[in-house]
Amino acid sequence: MMFATLPLLAQIGGPDPTAVPLGDPTVGSGELVTPSVTWLALLPLLVLVVSALLLLTVTSLARGRIGRGVITLWTVVTGVLALGAAVPLWARVQGWDEALWWWDPATTPSGPFSTVGGAVGIDGFSVLITMLIAVAVVIVALVADEHLRADGIGGPEPHVLLLLSAAGGVVMAMSNDLIVLFLGLETLSIAVYVLAAINLRRVQSQEAGLKYFVLGAFSSAFFLYGIALVYGATGTTSLIGIEDFLAGSLLLGSSSVLLVLGIALLLVGFGFKIAAVPFHSWSPDVYDGAPTPVVAFMASVVKVAAFAGMVRVLVVALGGFSADWRPVVDALAVLSLVGGALAAIVQTNVKRLLAYSSISHAGFILLGVEAAGTQGTRAVLVYLVAYAFMVIGSFAVVGLVERNGGGITLDGYKGLGRSNPALAGTLTLFLLAQAGVPFTAGFYAKFYAVIAAVDAGSAWLGVVAMLSATIAAFLYLRVVVAMWFASPEGEPLRPIPVSVATGAALVACAVATLGIGLFPDGLTNLVDQADPVIVRVADPSTAQPTAALPLDAGSLEGG
Amino acid sequence: MSPTLSVLAQAASEAGQSYSDFVRQYLTVAIFIALGLGLSAALLGIGKLLRPTRPQPEKYLTYESGVDPVGTGWSQSQVRYYIFALLFVLFDVEAVFIFPWATRLEEYGAFGLVEMFVFILVLALGLVYAWRKKVLRWL
Repeated sequence: MMFATLPLLAQIGGPDPTAVPLGDPTVGSGELVTPSVTWLALLPLLVLVVSALLLLTVTSLARGRIGRGVITLWTVVTGVLALGAAVPLWARVQGWDEALWWWDPATTPSGPFSTVGGAVGIDGFSVLITMLIAVAVVIVALVADEHLRADGIGGPEPHVLLLLSAAGGVVMAMSNDLIVLFLGLETLSIAVYVLAAINLRRVQSQEAGLKYFVLGAFSSAFFLYGIALVYGATGTTSLIGIEDFLAGSLLLGSSSVLLVLGIALLLVGFGFKIAAVPFHSWSPDVYDGAPTPVVAFMASVVKVAAFAGMVRVLVVALGGFSADWRPVVDALAVLSLVGGALAAIVQTNVKRLLAYSSISHAGFILLGVEAAGTQGTRAVLVYLVAYAFMVIGSFAVVGLVERNGGGITLDGYKGLGRSNPALAGTLTLFLLAQAGVPFTAGFYAKFYAVIAAVDAGSAWLGVVAMLSATIAAFLYLRVVVAMWFASPEGEPLRPIPVSVATGAALVACAVATLGIGLFPDGLTNLVDQADPVIVRVADPSTAQPTAALPLDAGSLEGG
Repeated sequence: MSPTLSVLAQAASEAGQSYSDFVRQYLTVAIFIALGLGLSAALLGIGKLLRPTRPQPEKYLTYESGVDPVGTGWSQSQVRYYIFALLFVLFDVEAVFIFPWATRLEEYGAFGLVEMFVFILVLALGLVYAWRKKVLRWL
């Protein structure tokens, strides 16, 4: 199953006749222009994919059994390398030419640029999301190490799927074309479907995988149909082309209906991936059944990538059409905010509780999307960064308690503060951050989201969001109270041993959560330089041959 | 499309001038569907009218190469084929990509060749994985 998507991924770098820039005179005359590829721009993606394939091949060809530690280390190193590969891209986007002495500025001008015939866009937004995904992969791999050992899941498959899924997320963040976005979405999703079902011994895990797969495949079909309708209305799948079309047409008659229908179907697809009400029904069941590190991955990377795609399509390409999609996003946001918070209150299962709380978080992030502007996308980015750390940290602790006799019900958390004060303290930090307590990352995330909505003229939405945050605070406090103020019903838990890997991941998440809360300027400065833009493709006839990049397509072009 | 069909489509499209071009293009599809349904219904209906009807219990048995059927239609069967079927589908998908590529290979040149080799390499890695996982062995 997973291999079927990989060739598609490989095709991105390949010659794609549809990716020829718009208005190219050679189209249709029989001669193909292979779009030039800036391989350095694709490096983070290539690192993830090649490393995943190598890991799979090496471990399957090796005579002896390769230990879990080696596989975890490999994944962590890959994540760090992908992060490193994204750094020069960030420098290029910001125009730090003196730092890039080895990258000829004549071939790729400073600032945001697009490559592969405009199908891939490198701007501050995509690079920042890529970095976030790489960091999340590292932390999730560390958390998963202990969990997979305890569950007796051997083999490299979980980590290979983790890397492939992350690669799909990177493609989504970089996509400048609806088809590329769809490829990324599928690569991301199919790997996660399998990950949800990776624990073959637990029937709940199987059930979660199947549910996620069936519903996810369905939502992908909606998404694809949406792409088809948008193509029918605008005549292109390229975000550049769509923006041009919107700028140049008055959208009369049936084509406007088609476009609205297309956007609606795209929203169904995005809504499913971000688990926004009313497309959320899968998420509590899947979060409950899937292995906890996988849930941490789903709640962080999958949501980050889906929101990145959503911002690219809705805010950037269809920004001129926001009068039509904003009411729908408003509705999704309100339903998610209120529905998520209300449904979470009655949960006694902590994983389900966190699932509903993550639905409520999706509502908050939708506020940033709804604002349909620079301030909104910055709010989305701040929220995604803060949320990724909080949620991975929360699920890491939940996984630890789950494996060491605490179970996943609220009763299992009673007295945790006395038996495991450090662990309970860490979880308290993450939960308070999710509730939006000041001096934690969650506070600033919520703050910016509400400000963005208010400034965009949706003050009522800000009010709803703050009310829902108050309701949600109650449910986080329920867990906190259970940990610190309730006495355990049976035998109190023994001190839970925390492995070095999990400990490192927890410390990283806690430091990030507190760090962003105490010094938000660092993050906001970063985010202020990471606005998504649509970059026009350089005309291939005027573009310089890219001699500085030995692997460039221009030098490989034969016919 | 047969001449009759195009004449029909032409007539229908002239009748629907009030619709937009886009919707009218789908008229051809609608006519095709209607003709397909009509043709099958007509043929089955004519058969129903013309054929003699002499029901016997044997005629309502499941046909099993002329032998009397044994047991029910629901029975357990070997599932070990499914993994081969999966692999088959995988490489079938490969063909879907290779055929269009082959028709334009001259235009793509060396880049296209390298590209396809990368594609096949990735799939080959999948086969290696399947082989090492003993999927290809008949259990």
